[in-house]
Amino acid sequence: MSLASRPPGGASALKAEGLAKAYGPITVLSDVTLDILSGEVHAIIGENGAGKSTLMKLLSGHVRPSAGHLSMAGQPADFPDAVAAEAAGVVLVHQEILLAPDLTVAENLFLGRELSRGPMTDDRAMNRRTAEVLAQVGAQCRPRDRVGALPLAQRQLVQIARALLEPRRVVIFDEPTAVLANDEVEALLSVVRGLRERGVAVLYISHRLDEVEALADRVTVLRDGQMIGTWPAHGLTQRRMAELMVGRELDRLYPPKRPPALSEPLLIVEGLSVDRGAVEASLSVRPGEVLGIGGMIGSGRTELFEGLMGLRPAHVARVTLAGREIAQRTVKGWQTAGLVYLTEDRKGKGLLLDEPLATNLTLQALESVHPGVKLDRGAEGQLLQRAVAEYDIRVRSLHLDAGQLSGGNQQKLLLAKVMLTDPAVVIIDEPTRGIDIGNKSQIYDFIDRLVRAGKAVIVISSELPELVGLSDRVLAMRGGRIAAELTGANITEENVVYAATSGKGQVRPVTQTRGGDPNDKRDDQYRGT
Amino acid sequence: MTSATTNIAAPEPARRIRWAEMGPFIALALVIVIGTMINSNFLTSTNIANVVTRSAFVAIIAVGATFVISSGCLDLSVGSMMAFVTGIMILAMNRLEPSMGANAILVGAGVGLVVGALCGLLNGLIVTVGKIEPFIATLGTMGIFRALITWMSDGGSIPIDRALREPYRPVYFGNVLGIPLPVVITLVVVLMGAFILYRTKFGRRCAAAGSNAEVARFSGVSVAGVRTTAYVIQGLCVAIAAICYIPRLGAATPTTGQLWELQVITAVVIGGTALRGGKGRIWGSVAGALILEVIANLMVLSNMVSEYLVAAVQGVIIILAMLAHRFIK
Repeated sequence: MSLASRPPGGASALKAEGLAKAYGPITVLSDVTLDILSGEVHAIIGENGAGKSTLMKLLSGHVRPSAGHLSMAGQPADFPDAVAAEAAGVVLVHQEILLAPDLTVAENLFLGRELSRGPMTDDRAMNRRTAEVLAQVGAQCRPRDRVGALPLAQRQLVQIARALLEPRRVVIFDEPTAVLANDEVEALLSVVRGLRERGVAVLYISHRLDEVEALADRVTVLRDGQMIGTWPAHGLTQRRMAELMVGRELDRLYPPKRPPALSEPLLIVEGLSVDRGAVEASLSVRPGEVLGIGGMIGSGRTELFEGLMGLRPAHVARVTLAGREIAQRTVKGWQTAGLVYLTEDRKGKGLLLDEPLATNLTLQALESVHPGVKLDRGAEGQLLQRAVAEYDIRVRSLHLDAGQLSGGNQQKLLLAKVMLTDPAVVIIDEPTRGIDIGNKSQIYDFIDRLVRAGKAVIVISSELPELVGLSDRVLAMRGGRIAAELTGANITEENVVYAATSGKGQVRPVTQTRGGDPNDKRDDQYRGT
Repeated sequence: MTSATTNIAAPEPARRIRWAEMGPFIALALVIVIGTMINSNFLTSTNIANVVTRSAFVAIIAVGATFVISSGCLDLSVGSMMAFVTGIMILAMNRLEPSMGANAILVGAGVGLVVGALCGLLNGLIVTVGKIEPFIATLGTMGIFRALITWMSDGGSIPIDRALREPYRPVYFGNVLGIPLPVVITLVVVLMGAFILYRTKFGRRCAAAGSNAEVARFSGVSVAGVRTTAYVIQGLCVAIAAICYIPRLGAATPTTGQLWELQVITAVVIGGTALRGGKGRIWGSVAGALILEVIANLMVLSNMVSEYLVAAVQGVIIILAMLAHRFIK
């Protein structure tokens, strides 16, 4: 194990020695020794199942360790529960949004610790204090806003604000940016930096290695419940981090680009407007092409395609698939015509978490899997076995419920589910949100295989490297409109961001030149094709 | 179990005993054992036949309620609907009797099924097209059906024509190979219900709609269609229960089926179906209906507790069942 040569912060804030956790005979985390310093951002990275969540829960008192012990500032510390940890100044900001949607922002922040004046709650003081904390985390919402009415990103910031309401010595972030768009990520990163400047020890868990590179002072890598080591972030490239996480050399993350698709477009959408979403959007996608859709969260990307699918009220001038006009814009109608949409919200809209894998797999293709009156469970079981093999879904047993799978495996199951309908056009909204790098690379390969097999794929993504790495063509959305189209060498992260943030209809001229940004190494790849 | 089936599919899983699923049946067995110990008359064939026959109505309606609850809805109107359908059926039979004789019973039963299905359809459409909370929607129709039967009977009763009593009697009092006819009908309904819920695409979609309506919608399942159909099934079950019920008292009154909705929901819930929807447990619902009836029977038989407290004991049972469910999980 290499130790940090440059201790960035001050004294030890929270120290773990020989920390381990076992559930019965299964060890999920073994022998973690970690020293988190005041005034440092300490990143924990690892694939899903590496033990990150367990480590965080041990450090924040949500779970008690089976072995090892904690100390704070040299004094032994024992947290029987999360409340005790918070009292000691250690708080975990959960990944899932845990807020009461019908209460206001201020009510949520002070839930269970309301300020009062006599027998009455002191709403004014609470609102004032809430406004301060909201400003501190860069949230745009107001104390009296109802949480349920806020966009996801704002809710995430409210959740962070709730954790920071009282002074903290150690703040643990669990993938705080998983639901944020790029500009919001920036705001969050500055919140984290602010905490560091005030001498708070920050433990930062993220799948986004670019954030870790930009933010962390030190990086600890976990793999399969083992601690691999701690390194100073300085000089640690994203590639190296990924290799440490996976435990092997990563030759490439994105499949090489394909030759340009030249056939007639498969899907043509003209003048699609979605209530509170998209305005007069037109697009087309060819067989053998990955069309990327970029834009900030709130730019109407998801709304556009949910509208297309008939999942939201929408109006469209004309839409054709393989030359035929589509009259019935419903999930079922589209499915029959050969188009499917994979939601970005795999837990809320994609999978039945309490139902078995087989039920989930065949839900969308019930008619074709079970042509008779009676369900054909044998055929279903075989399909599941085939899907598990083909999509490399890692399961202990075929009889688990979908909710028992890790995020990456859930995403693969969701893919398998929609592919069972044998579509010609596949729309994937956030194909790799919240999943680890090994699964990501498999999903990218899968998308590549689809387009090489002549299918058309539309990828909606908040992750710019992914958008740039996968797409043959990118549409950048802004304010519900398609602001720009980027092709060939013009597909760079900078151009997407520029078009998505500053576009007034026409932005930086879109040309077909082969020049492009010399800093983008993917240009070479593209030129090679 | 030695004969191998010609199944080349995946080997059957080593099924663990799921205690949460077995719960209602264990509870039923327990209640029966206790009953046998308390009163020697309990386990006589006459008494058992009596108890099972009496539970038939709630069991049949509970099969329908399992569909509705599984799909993520609720139906409070079943008791009133039962009274209303009974009233319509008797009126139809009485009207037809002079021209058709005993055949009026068959036609009247057909009328009952149609009316029951329509009542269910009405509930379903208010919930799905009108987008009104099932609780409120069926609270409304519950009042409507109850008022209609009161109005139709003018506050009194609607008796069935004397000429029909004798031919109709066997439907409740008759038996097939010693098994009371209502029990046979219940079995048929339960088997059909179990087949539809567990072995058909509709059953799958029903559980999907109740488990997570958004996932179902995004998977191309017509949630409104599934739920409306579940309400229609509920209406049909109510009508079947009404068909069995008429010969028992020979009349429909404003108190027919009163508070049955609570018994039905209790049966479904102690049977292991989650009230928030998802997986439905038809056989559990039947066990639930039996548990309620056995307990009521025991209280009548034993004199230890006043039978006026039957509803209180049933209330305790549902709470205990829920607590047990939580701890087993």
